[in-house]
Amino acid sequence: MAYTLEGETGSWEVVCGLEVHAQVISKSKLFSGASAEYGAEPNSQVSLVDAAFPGMLPVINRECVAQAVRTGLGLNAQINLWSRFDRKNYFYADLPQGYQISQFAHPVVGEGKVEVTLPDGSTKEIGITRLHLEQDAGKSLHDQDPTKSFIDLNRSGVALMEIVSEPDIRSPEEAGAYLTKLRQILRYLGTCDGNMDEGSMRADVNVSVRKAGEAFRTRCEIKNVNSIRFVMQAVEAEAKRQIGIWEAGGEVVQETRLFDPSKNETRSMRSKEDAHDYRYFPDPDLLPLVLTQDFVDGLKTHLPELPDAKTARFVREYGLSAYDARILVMEQATADFYETLAKGRDAKMAANWMMGDFFAALNRTSTTIETSPVSAANLGALIDLIADNTINGRIAKEVFEAMVETGDHPADIVEKKGLRQVTDTGAIDAAVGAVLTANADKVAQYKAGQEKLFGFFVGQVMKAMAGKGNPALVNEALKKKLA
Amino acid sequence: MFELSLAEARAALRARKLSARELTTAYLGAVEQLNPQLNAYITTTPELALTHADAADASLARGEHGALTGIPLAIKDLFATKGVRTTAASKILAPFIPPYESTVTANLLRDGAVFLGKANLDEFAMGSSNMTSAFGAVTNPWKRAGSNTPLVPGGSSGGSAAAVAARIALGATATDTGGSIRQPAAFCGIAGIKPTYGRCSRWGVVAFASSLDQAGPVARTVEDCAILLGSMAGFDAKDSTSADIAVPDFAAACARGVKGLRIGVPKEYRMDGMAPEIDALWQQGLAWLRDAGATIVDVSLPHTKYGLATYYIVAPAEASSNLARYDGVRYGARSPGRDLIEMYENTRADGFGAEVKRRIMIGTYVLSAGYYDAYYLKAQKVRALILRDFTEAFEKVDALLTPTAPSAAFGQGEKMDDPVTMYLNDIFTVPVNMAGLPGLSVPAGLDAAGLPLGLQIIGRPFDEETVFAVGAAIERAAGFTARPSIRAEG
Repeated sequence: MAYTLEGETGSWEVVCGLEVHAQVISKSKLFSGASAEYGAEPNSQVSLVDAAFPGMLPVINRECVAQAVRTGLGLNAQINLWSRFDRKNYFYADLPQGYQISQFAHPVVGEGKVEVTLPDGSTKEIGITRLHLEQDAGKSLHDQDPTKSFIDLNRSGVALMEIVSEPDIRSPEEAGAYLTKLRQILRYLGTCDGNMDEGSMRADVNVSVRKAGEAFRTRCEIKNVNSIRFVMQAVEAEAKRQIGIWEAGGEVVQETRLFDPSKNETRSMRSKEDAHDYRYFPDPDLLPLVLTQDFVDGLKTHLPELPDAKTARFVREYGLSAYDARILVMEQATADFYETLAKGRDAKMAANWMMGDFFAALNRTSTTIETSPVSAANLGALIDLIADNTINGRIAKEVFEAMVETGDHPADIVEKKGLRQVTDTGAIDAAVGAVLTANADKVAQYKAGQEKLFGFFVGQVMKAMAGKGNPALVNEALKKKLA
Repeated sequence: MFELSLAEARAALRARKLSARELTTAYLGAVEQLNPQLNAYITTTPELALTHADAADASLARGEHGALTGIPLAIKDLFATKGVRTTAASKILAPFIPPYESTVTANLLRDGAVFLGKANLDEFAMGSSNMTSAFGAVTNPWKRAGSNTPLVPGGSSGGSAAAVAARIALGATATDTGGSIRQPAAFCGIAGIKPTYGRCSRWGVVAFASSLDQAGPVARTVEDCAILLGSMAGFDAKDSTSADIAVPDFAAACARGVKGLRIGVPKEYRMDGMAPEIDALWQQGLAWLRDAGATIVDVSLPHTKYGLATYYIVAPAEASSNLARYDGVRYGARSPGRDLIEMYENTRADGFGAEVKRRIMIGTYVLSAGYYDAYYLKAQKVRALILRDFTEAFEKVDALLTPTAPSAAFGQGEKMDDPVTMYLNDIFTVPVNMAGLPGLSVPAGLDAAGLPLGLQIIGRPFDEETVFAVGAAIERAAGFTARPSIRAEG
């Protein structure tokens, strides 16, 4: 069922396209040798080029180009072997050159596509219009002094990829799913860390509304939204605002807006009067960016396995459901953890352990897969202890909790706590005998037809054995005695 | 001593007949004496010069020398010099002291040169008269016979050319975006070459129009230019438009002669109303080359007439963007304002002169939405046609000979009413920048008032050697011995 918003005049369809700015993972900046690392002291990572001193010239960073091409390949996109850098001219205090070097007319990456999975399990293809490389600006700090603004140029000149989607998105959920998928692909590729809270991935959200079957109406652009949740909220808030205008007989004006999450509303950022004329023209300091097919092919050969391919392989190789596979593939580290775990073991059991107790423990202890006290090797060893009947499933949960607490190897925990499973049939028979003797009335009821009581007997036997009885052998012994 | 060419002074230094300190001290004295009249230098650096000179003497004493060890030069104040104020002749950069050395000047220092100071120029190299400098006009050391009218040295490298002509520098760096080396060289009776675009690094040179700017030398002889260019040129990884091509022995090429060379005469350069003495000198130049064994061939450069108009779209467009960085935020002059926008407005209103503002406005206009296609894009297409004209001509000839400028030096204050009259000075030089080719101006004769006139030799891309060979042949034939009235002597 397509997502619509109900207005007084009927249903409205939401149309949305996203421009994502993704900071490229690279040691140095797009056109200078200064470090691109996040979080350094203000103005400590600024070269003469970044500060636009007289006579300074940009020189393209080859690694940033490679990262853009890798990303293009990961988005199933056309790689343009000839592209060009343009200057986007505007004045701002944190834009030292007075222009941003960007790719306006000829981006390095052309059309591509991304398949997203929606919460109901259905999939949808979102078109990529283009991806281009550009410089980031510096940062203006307006809260350091009552009358002055401070400028931090550390970010000035850092490489960004602007990834533009087609207006294929039709709901907040689709916007969220697209961003989640895009971020996942970027992280798999190692081309952007996707940390929206650090600003290394930000989205400009284009929204319009229309009645079913209509052509596109006027859109507004909501700038610099910095979380997936806010993007989803902004789409809905902006769509509702526009519906209100149309239904009141008004006209939506194309403009740039900001999203205020505390009020869940968008508001106008600048009026049409001071709309920028960016005066784009080819940057005469740079030659066109010419790539060879060999260069592109070389990068393609070394691309990691991407989420869609990995999901399909997990389904195929490990017999997982598509749903389970998608969860395990969500992050590269999770997928790697799973593969280590599943290797040579029951793949289903490995998946259940990870998605059950393991994920719950990560949540509870606020740790990540990288910082988890339980390593893949140790969790695997635990599964092995179950498989070779050293412990039973119930005891395994107890052992696992101890592993979370101590980080110890499960075998050590089993030994130390004496949790080894009892498979001695003599001991089991004795325990069964004692339980049946002590509950003669229940035995009589069972024999009279109350077969549900079998579970009660199992429980009593396990309790008598401190949980360490081999469940299969206990069952077997009980059945024999009660027959 | 002041009559020694750079090559001769170099030989004397190497032979220890002259010390670098003696030479530099003499030049510093001449600067002190004559610069107040000429205003060729914005900043002089006598202490630095003597430090350089003593270092040169120390290495000469060890029997070591670079190509320019001990040679005193003027540096156009568009090249960033580490620790030495670099103004671009603009108020907006008046307080600017770069913490870096341009690649070209670093190359000169590597080869042992001595820097006397920073030469005056048109503000941001925009002009053909040196009248637009925020540090005052430069006076041409030449005078019209029987007149004391101060003349312009040409521009934008007017300070460099005047300093070399008046012998208050043995050579100088200059830059050329539309004729800024060749026209002042012609006006001051010296030689100057704009090499092929990409031959010299632009790193550390204050940008005017990036796709046209090229550094080059001015000096009193063609050979001196060749020696200087040999040091200035070379691939620089810091400039993406710098060419990774080996630097040949330019000085050796000066002795090659022109026998067997085909010299083209572009018919479109014979303009209506051209001064008869310019035309006569041009014919004389062709005759000298014919006598020296070259063949003269008529060629056509049909898009020449669009050169100037196209240049005055492309150059201001790039300049409007290149000069955006002078905003008062990080360095240079700042005029306060109530907010950021007002600070920008005040800083740029106070900091830039009228000609710079005019070009920023023209450039902003031609790049604006709705005008871009009609102006900038069309200009780029015409530029490609201008290049094609030259490429086709060079299938038939090895070099072209033209006048450098349509007139000799004019008076200070003349041609100031209408900017277009001023722009016409560059009519013969601009197409060479548009095509990125090497162009050399050689002093070849005098006009009726006794002012020097230059001839321009244009060559194939990266074939400066042929350009030097032809220029040296003209120089030999012309026997140009006239001297400006203001000059250091002794």
